Amino acid sequence: MTTVETQVISGVGTSPKRPDGGLKVRGEFAFSSDLWADDMLWGATLRSPHPHARIRGIDITAAVALPGVYAVLTQEDVPGAKRYGLEIADQPVLAMDEVRYQGEPVAVVAADHPETARRAAARIAVDYEVLPAVTEASLGVLLRHVPVRAGDPAAKADVVVTGEYQVGMQDQAFLGPESGLAVPAEDGGIDLYVATQWLHVDQKQVAECLGLPADKVRLSLAGVGGAFGAREDLSMQVHASLLALHTGRPVKMVYGREESFFGHVHRHPAKMWYEHGATRDGKLVYVKAKIVLDGGAYASSSTAVAANAATLGIGPYEVPNVVMDASVYYTNNPPCGAMRGFGAVQACFAYESQMDKLALELGLDPVEVRLRNAMTTGSRMPTGQIVEGPAPVASLLTRVRSFPPPPSSSGDLREMPGGVSNTTHGEGVVRGIGYGIGIKNVAFSEGFDDYATARVRLEVIGGEPAVLVHTAAAEVGQGLVTVQAQIARTELGVERVTVATADTSVGSAAPPSPPRQTTRTGAAVGAARQAVRTELLARVGGARLDGGKVLSESGTVVADLAASIGDEPIEKTVEWRHRPTYPLDPVTGQGNAHVQYAFAAHRATVDVDLDLGLVRVVEIVTAQDVGKAVNPLAVEGQIHGGTAQGLGLALMEEIQIVDGVVRNPSFTDYLIPTILDMPPMKVDILEMADPHSPYGLRGVGEPPTISSTPAIVAAIRAATGKALTRVPVRPEHIVE
Amino acid sequence: MDFLQPSTWDDALAAKAAHPDAVPIAGGTDVMVELNFDRRRPPALLDLTRVAPLTEWGTDGDMLRVGAGVSYRRIIEELGSKLPGLAMASRTVGSPQIRNRGTVGGNLGSASPAGDAHPPLLASGALVELASVRGTRRVPVDAFFLGPKRSVLEPDELIAAFLVRPGGVEQFAKVGTRNAMVIAVCSFALSLSREARRVGTGIGSAAPTPIRALEAEEFLAASLDWEARGPVPPSVARRFGELVAAAAAPIDDVRGTAAYRSHALSVLARRTLAWAWKGMA
Repeated sequence: MTTVETQVISGVGTSPKRPDGGLKVRGEFAFSSDLWADDMLWGATLRSPHPHARIRGIDITAAVALPGVYAVLTQEDVPGAKRYGLEIADQPVLAMDEVRYQGEPVAVVAADHPETARRAAARIAVDYEVLPAVTEASLGVLLRHVPVRAGDPAAKADVVVTGEYQVGMQDQAFLGPESGLAVPAEDGGIDLYVATQWLHVDQKQVAECLGLPADKVRLSLAGVGGAFGAREDLSMQVHASLLALHTGRPVKMVYGREESFFGHVHRHPAKMWYEHGATRDGKLVYVKAKIVLDGGAYASSSTAVAANAATLGIGPYEVPNVVMDASVYYTNNPPCGAMRGFGAVQACFAYESQMDKLALELGLDPVEVRLRNAMTTGSRMPTGQIVEGPAPVASLLTRVRSFPPPPSSSGDLREMPGGVSNTTHGEGVVRGIGYGIGIKNVAFSEGFDDYATARVRLEVIGGEPAVLVHTAAAEVGQGLVTVQAQIARTELGVERVTVATADTSVGSAAPPSPPRQTTRTGAAVGAARQAVRTELLARVGGARLDGGKVLSESGTVVADLAASIGDEPIEKTVEWRHRPTYPLDPVTGQGNAHVQYAFAAHRATVDVDLDLGLVRVVEIVTAQDVGKAVNPLAVEGQIHGGTAQGLGLALMEEIQIVDGVVRNPSFTDYLIPTILDMPPMKVDILEMADPHSPYGLRGVGEPPTISSTPAIVAAIRAATGKALTRVPVRPEHIVE
Repeated sequence: MDFLQPSTWDDALAAKAAHPDAVPIAGGTDVMVELNFDRRRPPALLDLTRVAPLTEWGTDGDMLRVGAGVSYRRIIEELGSKLPGLAMASRTVGSPQIRNRGTVGGNLGSASPAGDAHPPLLASGALVELASVRGTRRVPVDAFFLGPKRSVLEPDELIAAFLVRPGGVEQFAKVGTRNAMVIAVCSFALSLSREARRVGTGIGSAAPTPIRALEAEEFLAASLDWEARGPVPPSVARRFGELVAAAAAPIDDVRGTAAYRSHALSVLARRTLAWAWKGMA
């Protein structure tokens, strides 16, 4: 166990500096790709060029013959389970008799130089019999169908709007590609240093594939360059471990940007059909919806994504009658799985587009039609679950509406659609405003045993009380290390807090997806602190802690904190579980499947060049209930980042696939928003404590990604009058 | 891979003559991408960043002669008033970091149909100066490009400079699907010279090479009211846009459709004409 940082830190509700912040800005932070071991070898992966093919044979002779090559391994060399997966173990460690998507790993190589390893991989001769690829979800094999039925399936309404919507395949586009270092251990096991989201689930899968007991596979978190869901599945973990065990040498693997596009799952593309029925005064009577998700070649977390799409797919509205069918299919497209928003993103684009269509049909203001249907605390979800926590849907909407409109463009080219590309000096530019609101579940659902473990040790170091916090929770850029220390400070009043590097020597932590790392691991840390505190107070007969002193009920000093600890450190390990959830009824979709709901609303203002179809988002206003902002600056950062990712989906981010082949696996053609695309934001943070959550916390990272996309598209529709039923919106959709 | 680092122009030409397979590298903004993607494995790289004359600019008769190694940033800062169209195009190249490194010579060497510098060079009738141990020649830029990423550059030749006659009223506009750091979906440059009554055009990313819209140039030169500089009739602007779009031969690709490119070019042609004509006043 190594420690990362000892911080003098403030408590919950403040925004202390992050230990990694300055390092990252200066380019000095050690990411997993910077790992180094003496005598290490470099791994490389041979991937399938075909979306679907039978493997008739693999000849590694030419690769092995290359000087500097130490190992060339295929599926025959996988000693344990040949397949792994988060929900269903269907994904081969290395392809067996067939490949099912372009980029599927077929063989791995270890060599003394990364270039040698790549060249050796290229010399492996694979005899493929190319097979037809299924690239249309509805023609694929069904992986899961989630129905949700509420009320009368034959309900009729005076006003009916229908629509068909599509969402393209978005990539998490994290900046630090998949990488890690596997070091063979003397006990025959492996020490794996890796950028991941969920150490214990990695550990279990890696151990099974290596045929080792879990205690011989020890994972430590290496510097993570973003995650957004893309590090929930394994990438190079088993491959590097296999090579290290085979060669007896440390093996490092680092994907390049292009390989990274093939190295992780993406957001599910979706096709969605919606029918909304309402009264003439705008009250929803029914919603019928069908959502088809493309799961790609392997299951990953598709079944949970489909459940989210189904259970959250009506939006934050009260709807008495619901017929919802969400299905996910296997295809020969790249596998899809977890990405920020997790099934709620796709549906939100559809239901919010429908709400705007309904407003248009009724001649109502788009916010007004939402207000008339907004759910509140006590509302019933289509699953029958009662929303128990705060549900300030109406308040969020009226808050974003009440902000003054942004000023008109100053004429600076950077404020024009197209920016300094000089495509307009105002010609053809029309402004539009749009709204979106979304709902997201927080934490895992449907009975998943989602728990977090934390170990807290209070001791005296150099005469001063000090706290050591140890969890397996992954700092993936969200600021968790700081937040853990803040919670420790709040519970124990100790300023010297050390957060140990996350590893598998302590129990599992909730992964930061769906985002509730703060909620779950923070809760575990808080609970462990409370246990430490209780024991300390009992030891000296005190009532509370303050300023390094133990105080009585009346506030008199009972003892000095350091003296109370003395030579007997107090250490407590606590597992924290959220309220249990339950499976959905497979026929009706009824059940208390989710722990907690979170909401955010966006108002987007855009300028659109009608003649060229270019868009500049002028301003985004958002309001979000976060329960409790443990670190307000970090919360705001999450909201900015999530909103930017939603802007990317609205306007530019799509992995383009033709016949199962990815056409743009690079940042040259997979575009993510720049600072000239992302406008200034106005962020209104509500803190409505969740009664079932420690400190009243609510997950904060996902909601901003969900509603920013439909708000931006609604604004473009308002400016252009175009239907715009597909995201990302392309210029040709606007001018056609 | 060999890495050749001449420090004088003569040494550079000699090195290229001795290693015709060597790929010249200046800012590396194209070459390094090709290497990283493993699209190209040249036996040698010829680093030109130490050759001082390549980074100089000055006059040559009534023309400006700009060394091939002058960065986009310097073109914006030092030549913005003399070569406004090229400076506008330079502002759209990549990010500030890339504009610090990238050069027009490198853009020409790559000969990509999407090169941002090419349309303004075409519009202003630039010459490209090519050199080898055999001697020096100047090629009109519209005769320089042969096909996608192919030019008249001989294996032993290096791009020394480009030459432009300044004084035209110039505009450049580029369509991309992001507001910065984007490869052109299509681009258009226009240059109007009152004294010569000349119209120059350049189209990027809408044909196998950067091209001029010759018919559009002739039509506009004959239709503009050069003397009184009266307003451009809408019918003339529209026809000019149509002729520019007709000159292009775009394709569908990941960045956009052929139909959109044709449409966008006609819009850019009309708009840049309005701005340039206004700039003549």
